[in-house]
Amino acid sequence: MTEVLHELLRGSLDHCVKCTICETACPVSNVTPLFPGPKYAGPQAERYRVGDEPSVEWSVDYCSGCGICTQVCPQGVKIAEINAQARRKLKQQNGVPLRDRLIARPTVIGRLGTPTARLANASLRSRPLRIAVERVIGIHRDAALPGFARRSFRSWARRHSSPATGRRVVYFHNCGTQYYEPDVGKKTVAVLEHNGYQVEIPKQDCCGLPLQSNGLFDDARKYVLKAARVLAPYARDGALVVGNATSCTLMLKREAREILGLEDDPDLKLVSERTYDVCELLLELHDRGELKTDFHPVDEVVAYHAPCQQQGHGIGKPALELLALVPGLEVRELDAHCCGIAGTYGIKREKYDIAMAAGADLFDQIHASQAGLVACDSETCRWQIEHATQKTSVHPLELLHRAYRLPEPTG
Amino acid sequence: MRPSLHYDVVVLGAGVAGLTAAAKVAEGGARVCVLAKGVGSTHLAPGTLDVLGYTPERVEVPADALPAFVAGRPDHPYALLGVDAISPALDWFAGRIERGPHPGYRYVGNLKRNLLLPTAVGAARPSALVPETMAGGDLRAERPVCVVGLRPLRDFHASLCAANIARLGVEARAVELRLDMDRSEVNALGLARGFDDPVFRRDFVSRLAPQLDGDERVGMPAVLGLRDPHGAWADLEDRLGRPVFEIPTLPPSVPGIRVFDALHAALRAAGGRLVMGSRVAEGEREGTRVTALRSETAGRETYFGARAVVLATGGFASGALALGSDWVVRETVLDLPVRGVPAPGSPRFGAHYFGEQPMARVGVAVDATLRAEGAENVFVAGAALPGAEPWREGSGEGISLTSGHRAAELVLASDGLAAAA
Repeated sequence: MTEVLHELLRGSLDHCVKCTICETACPVSNVTPLFPGPKYAGPQAERYRVGDEPSVEWSVDYCSGCGICTQVCPQGVKIAEINAQARRKLKQQNGVPLRDRLIARPTVIGRLGTPTARLANASLRSRPLRIAVERVIGIHRDAALPGFARRSFRSWARRHSSPATGRRVVYFHNCGTQYYEPDVGKKTVAVLEHNGYQVEIPKQDCCGLPLQSNGLFDDARKYVLKAARVLAPYARDGALVVGNATSCTLMLKREAREILGLEDDPDLKLVSERTYDVCELLLELHDRGELKTDFHPVDEVVAYHAPCQQQGHGIGKPALELLALVPGLEVRELDAHCCGIAGTYGIKREKYDIAMAAGADLFDQIHASQAGLVACDSETCRWQIEHATQKTSVHPLELLHRAYRLPEPTG
Repeated sequence: MRPSLHYDVVVLGAGVAGLTAAAKVAEGGARVCVLAKGVGSTHLAPGTLDVLGYTPERVEVPADALPAFVAGRPDHPYALLGVDAISPALDWFAGRIERGPHPGYRYVGNLKRNLLLPTAVGAARPSALVPETMAGGDLRAERPVCVVGLRPLRDFHASLCAANIARLGVEARAVELRLDMDRSEVNALGLARGFDDPVFRRDFVSRLAPQLDGDERVGMPAVLGLRDPHGAWADLEDRLGRPVFEIPTLPPSVPGIRVFDALHAALRAAGGRLVMGSRVAEGEREGTRVTALRSETAGRETYFGARAVVLATGGFASGALALGSDWVVRETVLDLPVRGVPAPGSPRFGAHYFGEQPMARVGVAVDATLRAEGAENVFVAGAALPGAEPWREGSGEGISLTSGHRAAELVLASDGLAAAA
C-alpha cells in the first residue's frame, strides 16, 4: 500500500475526541465482549501498532467491517478503514485460515457449484454434511448459504443483446447475481433497458471485497484491478458503470482506493468516479424527469432495510424514494443499523452467533412491521434476513420490475 | 452528466437544531434532505432542554428573566429570535417526543419554573424542559436522595454525586451495586440495553430494594432503557415503591440518543431524508443564493440542489468554525461571513475555563430573519449563531431548539418555498 495513504488514514485518528458516538452505533461491540468497540480497537489501539512490530491487539478480528463507525463519526476519523488495515496486519502475522481463503473467493465457489447445482444444493441442505463442514472448515452449520442457480447469469448475458440506444451503461453484476440470483440481474437489465439504456455486460470476475475484508489485500488488489481493466474502456467511452450490489459498487467507488491504497491507478480512478448503484442512477434519472413512471399498482406492504455498505455511499436511501413512486406499495423504513452478516463475517463458526445477535434489532423490526416482504440492496444481507426471519427478501429493483409489468425472466 | 439530486430544503447538521429545522420543514410539506458529517451533539448532551439557567444569577423563572436578559444583550440569539419564539418551540419538541418511538416517554416543564436537576457530579443544573424520567431529581424538593452507582459503569461516582448534592442542602447518600455484566468495560448504552429487559430489572430491584431506607428517592445514572425508557422507569418506580430519577452521565448519553431517535422519527414520518457520513465541501452560488451543495460522496462528488439551506453545523467544537493561526475565523462549509471576532488587542480567551471566552461568541453573521449575510436563502440555526455563551448561561439546547424551529418557519415562508410547499 502507498505509505502516504496509510498515513492519511492513520493521521485521522488524531481527530478522535473519544466522544463514544461510534460505540453507540457499533452493531458488534453492543452484543459481544469479544470486540471492545471501534474507538478502542481503532483510534486507541492504533497508537500501539508500530511499523513492522507484531500487533499487540487481537480483538480487531471481531470487527465485522460494516463501516458504520466511520459514517457516524462527527470528527471525520476513518475508524473502519484503520481497523480494516489493522485486521490485515493481524492476519498477516497469524496466518489466514483455509476457510477464509475459500469463502473470500466467490467466483471459485461459484464455478464449482453452478455446474453441479442440484447436487451442491442438496449438499447444502444436508445436516450431517453441514456439521462436517463446520468441523472441518469452520462454516457455521446454520449459516445462511444461498443455493446455486442452475445456469449462471453469464450464460444468459452471453446470448442477450441490448437494443442500441446510444445511452450506454456497463453492468457490473457481481458474484451474487452471477451464481445465485441470475434473475435479479435479468430484471436489472430489463429495468435499465425499459428506461432507454443500452446495457453492456462484459465478462467479469469478483470485485475483491471478500478478499479485502478477510485481510487478503494482495489478492484483493489483483481482483479489483482486473475489474477496473474490464470496465475502464467502457467508462472511457462515456458509459456509466452500474451495479446492483451496493457492497461491490462501494468497493469500486471508494474502498479499494482507500483501504487497498490504490488511489493512483488511473483505470480504477475513472471507474470509481463513474460507478453507480442502480437505484442511485434511477433516482438521478427521476430527478431530471427522465425516469419512466408507468408503474402499475403493487399491492404489498414492504419493509426496507438499507445495508450498512449502501449507507457508505453517502447518497441517502434512493431505493426508498423510488419505491415511493409505485402506487399501492406501502413501504416501511427500518432504522436498525445492521443485519449482522457483513459479507462473510456471519457465516464463520465463531462469529455466527454474534452476527445473529447484531441483527436482532433489525429482525425484531421486520417482524413488528408486519410486512410481507423485505426489500434490501445487498444479497448477503437478503440471505441473512431470510434465514433469520423466514420472510422473503428482494432487491428493490425487483419491485420496480414488477411495477413496470416487465416480462418475468426466462432461462 | 453531473451527479445531482434536488430538494426544496437541504439542512446541514444533525444535532438538535438541524433535526428540528428539518422535521418541521418536512411537516410543512417541503422535500427535505439532511446532510451530516456524523452524528451530532445529541449523543453527548444530557437530553434536557436548558433555556436559561444563569444571568449570571441562577434563574428560577425563565419567563421572567428572559426579557431583561435579551434587553441587555441585543446580539444574543434569543434577542434575534424573540422571547416569544421559545415556548412554541418547546411545545413542538415535547409533541415530537410524545409521538416518538418510545411509548409513554415524555418531557415535563415550561418557562414558568426551572427544575434544578443534579448532574453526574451532583452539581445543580437549571433546566426548563426535562424528561419525565429525570424530573424526580429536582433538588428544590427536600426528600432525601439515594444515589445508586452501577459498578461496571466508569465515570459515574455515586459517592461524589451524593456528597455534592448534600452540600446543596438535600440529604443524600450513595449505594454502589456491582452488576454482573459479561465485560470489563460497560458504557451507558450497554446498561440501557440491560434495563430494557424486565428480567434484568427484576434482578436489579431485588438487590437494590433491601438497601434503601425511609422515604428516599432513588437517583440513577441515565441508563433506563433505549427501547422503552418510560416502561423501564415506571417499572422500577413501581417495584421499588418510591420515586426514581435519572441523572445524566458522561457520553454516550442515553437520554440524548432518545432525543435523536425521536427527532429522526419525526423527520422520517414527514418524508424527510437523512444522509449520515456526508461531508459537504462547499456551496455553489448564483448571485446571493446558494443553489447547490457539493458533498464528497463515495467515489465522486454529488451535488444536492436546494431552494433553501439551513446551516446547523455547530461552532468550533464540531469544526463548523475554524480559527487560523492568523486569528482569522472561517465558516468552513459555505465560507459565510462571521461576526463577533474580538478586535485586535482585546482579549480573545479568558483564563478560567468556564468563565468568559470572547472567541467562543463568534458565529455566522445573520440578519433578523436568520439569513446569513450575503446568502439570502441560507438560514442559520444552533451553535453556529453568534453572541451566546451557552456554558455560562445554561442556554445551549434552548437556543438550538428555538432557532431550528424558527428557521423552519422562516424557510417555509420564504420566497422560493412558499410556492413549492
